[in-house]
Amino acid sequence: MDMDLISNILYAMIRTGTPLLLVALGELVCEKSGVLNLGQEGMMLFGAVIGFIAAFSTGNLWLGVFMACAAGVLLSLLFAFVALGLSANQVATGLALTIFGVGLSSFVGASWVGNPLAGFEPIAIPLLSEIPLIGRMLFAQDLLVYLSFGLFALVAWVLLKSRIGLIIQAVGENPNAASAMGLPVLRVRTLAVMFGGAMAGLAGGYLSLAYTPMWADNMTAGRGWIALALVVFASWRVGRVLLGAYLFGLASIVHLVAQGLGLAIPGNLLAMLPYVATILVLVLLSRDAIRTRLYAPVSLGQPWKAGH
Amino acid sequence: MSELHPPPRLLLRGITKQYPGTLANDRVSLTIRAGEIHALLGENGAGKSTLMKIIYGVTQPDAGEIIWEGQPVTMRDPAQARERGIGMVFQHFSLFETLSVAENIALALGVAAGTPRQLEQKIREVSQHYGMPLEPQRLVHSLSIGERQRVEIVRCLMQDIKLLILDEPTSVLTPQEANDLFTVLRRLAVEGCSILFISHKLNEVRALCEQATVLRGGRVSGDCVPAECSDLDLARLMVGATDGLGAQYPKAAGQHPFLQIRGLSWHNTDPFGVSLEEIALDVRAGEIVGIAGVAGNGQDELLALLSGEQRLARDQAERIRFLDQAVGGLRPDARRRQGMAFIPAERLGHGAVPDMSLADNGLLTGFQQDGLVRGGLIRHGRVEAFARRIIERFAVKTPGTHANARSLSGGNLQKFILGREILQQPKLLIAAHPTWGVDVGAAAAIHRALIELRDAGAAILVISEDLEELFQISDRIAALSHGRLSPLRATAETTATDVGRWMAGQFDLPTHSAA
Amino acid sequence: MLLSLEPRGYESRPMLWFSPLLAALLTLASGALLFAVLGHPPLQTLRVLLIDPLSDLYGLSELLVKALPILLCALGLAVVYNARIWNIGAEGQLLMGALVGSAVAVNIIDWESRWALVLTLAVGTLGGAAWAGLCAWLKTAFNANEILTSIMLNYIALNLLLFAVHGPLKDPDGFNFPESAMFGDATRLPELIDGLRVHGGFYFALLALVIVWVLLQRSFLGFQIKVLGLDRKAAGFVGFRDKKLVWIALLISGGLAGLAGIAEVTGPIGQLVPQVSPGYGYAAITVAFLGRLHPVGILFASLLMALLYLGGENAQMAANLPQSITLLFQGMVLFFLLACDVLILYRPRLKGWRRKPRAVSTQQEPTA
Repeated sequence: MDMDLISNILYAMIRTGTPLLLVALGELVCEKSGVLNLGQEGMMLFGAVIGFIAAFSTGNLWLGVFMACAAGVLLSLLFAFVALGLSANQVATGLALTIFGVGLSSFVGASWVGNPLAGFEPIAIPLLSEIPLIGRMLFAQDLLVYLSFGLFALVAWVLLKSRIGLIIQAVGENPNAASAMGLPVLRVRTLAVMFGGAMAGLAGGYLSLAYTPMWADNMTAGRGWIALALVVFASWRVGRVLLGAYLFGLASIVHLVAQGLGLAIPGNLLAMLPYVATILVLVLLSRDAIRTRLYAPVSLGQPWKAGH
Repeated sequence: MSELHPPPRLLLRGITKQYPGTLANDRVSLTIRAGEIHALLGENGAGKSTLMKIIYGVTQPDAGEIIWEGQPVTMRDPAQARERGIGMVFQHFSLFETLSVAENIALALGVAAGTPRQLEQKIREVSQHYGMPLEPQRLVHSLSIGERQRVEIVRCLMQDIKLLILDEPTSVLTPQEANDLFTVLRRLAVEGCSILFISHKLNEVRALCEQATVLRGGRVSGDCVPAECSDLDLARLMVGATDGLGAQYPKAAGQHPFLQIRGLSWHNTDPFGVSLEEIALDVRAGEIVGIAGVAGNGQDELLALLSGEQRLARDQAERIRFLDQAVGGLRPDARRRQGMAFIPAERLGHGAVPDMSLADNGLLTGFQQDGLVRGGLIRHGRVEAFARRIIERFAVKTPGTHANARSLSGGNLQKFILGREILQQPKLLIAAHPTWGVDVGAAAAIHRALIELRDAGAAILVISEDLEELFQISDRIAALSHGRLSPLRATAETTATDVGRWMAGQFDLPTHSAA
Repeated sequence: MLLSLEPRGYESRPMLWFSPLLAALLTLASGALLFAVLGHPPLQTLRVLLIDPLSDLYGLSELLVKALPILLCALGLAVVYNARIWNIGAEGQLLMGALVGSAVAVNIIDWESRWALVLTLAVGTLGGAAWAGLCAWLKTAFNANEILTSIMLNYIALNLLLFAVHGPLKDPDGFNFPESAMFGDATRLPELIDGLRVHGGFYFALLALVIVWVLLQRSFLGFQIKVLGLDRKAAGFVGFRDKKLVWIALLISGGLAGLAGIAEVTGPIGQLVPQVSPGYGYAAITVAFLGRLHPVGILFASLLMALLYLGGENAQMAANLPQSITLLFQGMVLFFLLACDVLILYRPRLKGWRRKPRAVSTQQEPTA
């Protein structure tokens, strides 16, 4: 394999990993506050379709990005109302959100399938992008990828260094204690859910506006679910989320690697790889039940009501 | 004595609070002066927790006034209460285990915490000043229970505190730790801080408090000066009648050992758990053995090994023998078949399934009895009959066998669970915290039932944090401390101080004869 | 909010059964609103969606044809969901059942005895069960979350199916279309009535209904499953073998889904094609919840869901609405159900309307 191929693979790895990174960051914040939102696929798809429609109709890509985020937030509010406001079972509510989001986006996007769009183009930073091997991957990406780098830094700082991060962690570990201390548990959780929605919407927008600028039913192909597995893989630690997102990205572009190695494997079998990889990763990390207990937010997935 | 003195720090007048199904507080009035240590006494369910939540702003009263330092106020939320100088130490600590001491305190103080370095400095100062030194960077999950309580208290002390509320603070402390706590509280009172001490332990109240208000059934049944009241007076205020209280049951000597534990050691892989070390124990037919100890010293682990929820490896199975059979490797249902019965510490969500009916909960442990199940199918008629028998024999107050376990009061559910096991005529009964959170009437009924079972020839092992209870009903007694068990001694020849020493790990006693 | 919720302190039994009904009605109302907003006459469109498909015998038969796989999958889900094992993989188990059964079927096209059908059905059922068994293994041996593993297996199953119809199982005489050869007559599920597509699989559905009912309502195994779902600690406390129960529940669930899959290809379709299932496995999830995890409720809910499918196809042809309207309604129904279920434990009260102090009930706000 020559240097160019490796450089290309790394470049593609970042691109493919970006939507996973965005969704996983959002869900990480959400889960840290104690809420399990399985509706990522639904929010991503809705973000993708709304973002696409907005960008296509107005010719303004950034409006598309904004609308994609807004779409994700909107759906996440629906989830927050039912799972947090009404204390319904979070697993069922997340599933409902997925099914609803998939259906809604398919419905809304029905007449937009196949329309072409000039999406975000990569912008190479002069000089830096010419560094061998890593230059292209880090400095010749499109604006949304750069945005994702920034968002990662932001989320990392908030979770690890800020008071907000402390509050989120407290709420996720022991909502009763947090409430008794006067922390607004439901408000914190709702905001965390909304952030997750914005990120999922943004990830969807990235897919339809930059990665493959178009709209097609189910274009997320399970990435939302993979991102959920990613959070487990990362043991709810933000640095590992970054690592995991790109590793999974790598698994999705393995056909490039196969090409480079001169192997001819049927497309459908290669397409299975990210999903198989996800299972392997889940297996490797979950078997240590003790470690899961140490890192997983204690109240994850459990409904909570004020005035306990 | 002058008629003019400053207004009481806290005055509650006519506080009323209704929850669906219960009137938790009924026109409660209370007065606490500056620097006074005031006890709030009452049995479980008397309304103490509710009143305390109202004072701390966690919940709002439906009627009545709160007058703080002479001014009528509303306590909207805990933050406001804290601003006014009210601090609260919860019974079940409101600490975040995965965060450090400093981070926990920072969360409570909000902006007032200052920079991390300032906070650390202040934590060291304050904790040293009161003789409860704390290391700010330690993660809370690595602290002992006593140390965690210190964090809760220091957290309150970091703010200008005028009223400190403590909810059953000694329920998780050894007698020595309790005394240390009292020293701190007295010092605080001298410095002008008022203290509201919520408890149901009469001897502690008498040792520490100047005034006491007694709640019963949501109402104030009396105020008194503890030093001037006898135990009986206080008890009467708390429960009304005094029958069954402090009942003396004759001690028995056991016969053939039914349960034998020898050299049981078990390593706990859970970082938050305790490992057991060389546990040795005999429980004989016709006796009750009591094991004392505060939570977190190995009780859960020992119970799990005894019930079969945690099984021993094949080469270790010998360590636990029942009727001369090695049972350490058997599953719970196999142990039950042999004649063992278990009552776990948590009745809702372990001993009984909260959202299942009483009939189903009877089936839960009774499925190997009485033909309740045949050919894989449940015989609902027999299941109903079994549950009905339990309800009648043990006076369980409930609309019927179809009622959810969750709908029963603590005492009634505990009676049901106990009855369920007793009706299966076990040879050995192991009960954890059998009267925890249970009203006095039900507790007395449960004790009577256990004594009856003992007198019928069963062997009984009781694990409890309530020393009084253990002294009342057990014939022999020991204590668990950090996973080790002290040698058994006859209860009649042991004092609470002895047990207190065992709980602190000092097993070698010079005085008493072996049981 | 104008409304506040006050805890009842118990489960309201009438609400337990009224809530799904309410959810369905709210969904219809929202649907009508949606149609109006889109410029379609609401009542007429609802009729196209819900009434027209049932207007003749053929329509009723189609209803049963569509309901069958959903019913089978949902019955399986009722078993696992009672144990709080969130198997989202019914779709993949259905596809694997179809795939594995078809692999056998295309090799016995020449068989004439009815055993061909029996063999194919058995293999298909086992295929689905095995696919779910994978989830069980991953869960019991490695503590891997079954939601994620079962969904990943869905995608893997779909890709295996696509690989098969484009490759090993592709019909050599099929003009290169991605589909298998047509199954032999002996391997086909017989039609019950001439000219209508409702087929022998119908009897399997009835049988499954009875078996699952007995399992959940009368058997001790079902009791163990329910205890496992309601209270894991209690299940461990009394010695119920949780790993064994996880295996049994998932195998049953996967087997029923596999049966659904193989019944589709040996029944109405007659060969293995990529579009074996328009999302039946996912629809079954909504159906299971809507039917309160109870076989009788599930029966009605599957008929409703099948109606939505037919309605969706009809709406596409008659009212020019995209077919994804079915999926949209599915999602709405589940959301409304979850929202309405709140009423089981809570009573709604108009804010500011307090009753007399004697039997006063406190307003408890759901948000801090």
